[in-house]
Amino acid sequence: MIHTENLSKKFKEITAVENLTLDVKEGEVFGFLGPNGVGKTTTVRMLTSLIAPSGGKAVVNGFETGRQDTDIRRTVGVLTETPGMYDNLSAEYNLQLYAHLYDVKDVSGHVEKYLRMLGLWERRKDPAGTFSKGMKQKLAIARAVIHEPRLLFLDEPTSGLDPEAARLVRDFVAELRKEGRTIFMCTHNLDEADHLCDRIGVFKSRLLVVDTPQNLRKSLFGRKIVFHLVDAQEAFAAVVRGLPFVREAKVVENKLVLTVDDPEAQNPQIVSALVAAGAQIRFVGELRHSLEDVYFQLVKS
Amino acid sequence: MNWKKINVILRKEWVEVFKNRMVLFTVAFLPLLMTAIPLAVLYGTNSAGMGSPVTTEVPTELMSAMCPAGVTGGDCIQVYLVSQFMMMFMILPMAIPGTIAAYSIVGEKTTRSLEPLLATPITTAELLIGKCLAAVIPAVIATYGAFALFAAGSWVLVSNKALLSAVLDARWLIAIGVVGPLLAILEVTFALMVSSRVSDPRVAEQISMVIIVPLLAGFFGQMAGFFILDRNLISIIAFVMLLLDALMVYLSIQVFQREAILTRWK
Repeated sequence: MIHTENLSKKFKEITAVENLTLDVKEGEVFGFLGPNGVGKTTTVRMLTSLIAPSGGKAVVNGFETGRQDTDIRRTVGVLTETPGMYDNLSAEYNLQLYAHLYDVKDVSGHVEKYLRMLGLWERRKDPAGTFSKGMKQKLAIARAVIHEPRLLFLDEPTSGLDPEAARLVRDFVAELRKEGRTIFMCTHNLDEADHLCDRIGVFKSRLLVVDTPQNLRKSLFGRKIVFHLVDAQEAFAAVVRGLPFVREAKVVENKLVLTVDDPEAQNPQIVSALVAAGAQIRFVGELRHSLEDVYFQLVKS
Repeated sequence: MNWKKINVILRKEWVEVFKNRMVLFTVAFLPLLMTAIPLAVLYGTNSAGMGSPVTTEVPTELMSAMCPAGVTGGDCIQVYLVSQFMMMFMILPMAIPGTIAAYSIVGEKTTRSLEPLLATPITTAELLIGKCLAAVIPAVIATYGAFALFAAGSWVLVSNKALLSAVLDARWLIAIGVVGPLLAILEVTFALMVSSRVSDPRVAEQISMVIIVPLLAGFFGQMAGFFILDRNLISIIAFVMLLLDALMVYLSIQVFQREAILTRWK
């Protein structure tokens, strides 16, 4: 769906995007994470043929940027950073306008479908300018999908929304995901990325890493298993350190925290070793690192 | 070129623009004023009669060039006055669409609605032609309407056949029917060019009005008798305008840099 090779963008002396090489597969939800002003929106603009790359190559939906720009624009949907609705025009007219520009066959049917899906049907005749920020964002999302694109670019879809509106937008994205659409999503909301994205790319002018959220946690922090003991002692930590697959073991507040690669396979051996050493185990759990931990680790490093 | 998309842009512009009462007022007021003033002048000169003191203030060569054989004195003065008004009708389409066109691109920049629009498969030519026609068509319709009112009013007010034939003279029909719309296209394409290069609608409007200056010079030039707008000259002007319009449409498409507009706006 998306293939880039050394895609770069310079604005005079400033390099906004440097040698971005990336593949996003069909049906995948790809999260594009990074701090503000590091080139995420510039990347989206290049991939949607709004601006031209300074170097490298990008193929989107089988069309090459710079050569087949109209084909790219015809086949992708874009939620821009700001909704940019026509405030004097009704919600319905805003969508009809874009449906016509995308040559949608059943304009009124599509407009009704998405206005209803996003809970805006009752307000369809109202000018978009009278909408709240959340409603405008929902309308902008409806505009992005009005021509049923298989590939969607969402630039900060829940930015600045109240929790209820953000939840509705997330649910809608999840619905699009179920339909098998490919989604390239820039977001600051790491929890959202964790729940919605199949893979995540952490970006800071260049791509720092790409992987699934699970693998990112594992590669950066390993998987941490917490053994809640009746009486956690350093001696028990020493016992499990003797096991070849335990990467780290330490006692923290009457708990034994271990870093291992495959707890499903290795936990029984650890339990046996601890019981043999006289430990009394209350229960065993996994300490999950949030994507936020991963993100900060990567961006800071 | 997809005319369906051009039509979509054109209708969107109209729906959006004509919700603004000030714009409606601008489109309607100037043509009505431009109809009322010459009719009032004609009525005044007709009822009062034009004597020799006024006649002597107009250059003799100009009078003889403008008036058909046999039309003299006060009648000729009326023909002369009508000729000046005709020129006003010719440049009227330029005065109306400037505001609409100047706001066209820069207005979308400020409301941030341009980026999603540019993300659609519409081409720059389709977008600009849609916006250009959206500004030109109301101006031309308003001018034609105003001219029709003026012609009808003249017919009612003035019994002088020479004067009526001067109003409906082929040169003025070409000037108002052809040169006027071409001038409007010139003004609008220039305004669109300016609009896509600046970031403030007011600046766009002010700069785009610059193009009217040479035309006003022409208007006053004719009034002063430096040249006579006869049929040949008007035909030449129409041809030159056609070429200029083609050039300006081409230039406005070239000047419209999507990337610069998206990345440099504030």
